[in-house]
Amino acid sequence: MNTLANNIPINYYLILSGILFCIGVMGVLMRRNAIIILMCIELMLNAVNLLLAAFSVMHNDAGGQVMVFFIMAVAAAEVAVGLSILVLIYRNVKSVDINILNRLKW
Amino acid sequence: MSQIAFYILSFLSVVSALLVIFSKKPVHSVLYLVFCFFTIAGHYVLLNAQFLAAVHIIVYAGAIMVLFLFVVMLLNLNADIEPHKDNVLKVSAVVAGGCLMLIMTSVMKTADTMPIIDSTNQIGVVKNLGLALYQTYMLPFELLSVLLLSAMVGSVLIAKKEDIENLPQ
Repeated sequence: MNTLANNIPINYYLILSGILFCIGVMGVLMRRNAIIILMCIELMLNAVNLLLAAFSVMHNDAGGQVMVFFIMAVAAAEVAVGLSILVLIYRNVKSVDINILNRLKW
Repeated sequence: MSQIAFYILSFLSVVSALLVIFSKKPVHSVLYLVFCFFTIAGHYVLLNAQFLAAVHIIVYAGAIMVLFLFVVMLLNLNADIEPHKDNVLKVSAVVAGGCLMLIMTSVMKTADTMPIIDSTNQIGVVKNLGLALYQTYMLPFELLSVLLLSAMVGSVLIAKKEDIENLPQ
């Protein structure tokens, strides 16, 4: 029935998720556009989701995939609120550069 | 067969993720991130998690990234807003991320057990996942709807704040 029977070791998924997560961290540290920083946070969440799904398949437990579903819903809520905050910031200061948005620093 | 598919999908995921953080224009970043999400959905299909693949494409590529694209086009951010690039910051960010990647991959490579993922099980099909979702995880599932409702109300309220201030007192 299943033509996609794969026997990929879990280490490959661990390394792939680690690389994707580190690319997300790199983007958060490097870019100054707040929208791209939000996108890099999405990338990190997806790396974790992929690893959760892989472990769920490995342990033959549906809990991991249900947790992926919950993480997707929380990410959707986070993106909606974050982007509306960004729109509000853009209306006030006409920029989404995070070097300008440092008034809460001191 | 599936090993080759895994390698191709992994290569495409990593390359498109790198293009997300290194491309100049925000619209290009959004489109590369959509492509990256499609490759991750391919990984889910490879893991025999069909429900997750469908939900991932619908929610991420269909809803969240369209929201990002709307905001980028609404704010007219296609021009490069990072005119004076701080090269020291960029190089230090790449070095820090590379060190983290080195540590994580070296730790994960030395994991002594190497269990095999056997994706011939039927844990990812809709029937088994629906049973788990509506029996074991019933209460979190319902609380999630409250979270999404409050996020929707909150985002509408935040985005409408300027109009509220303009109301007659």
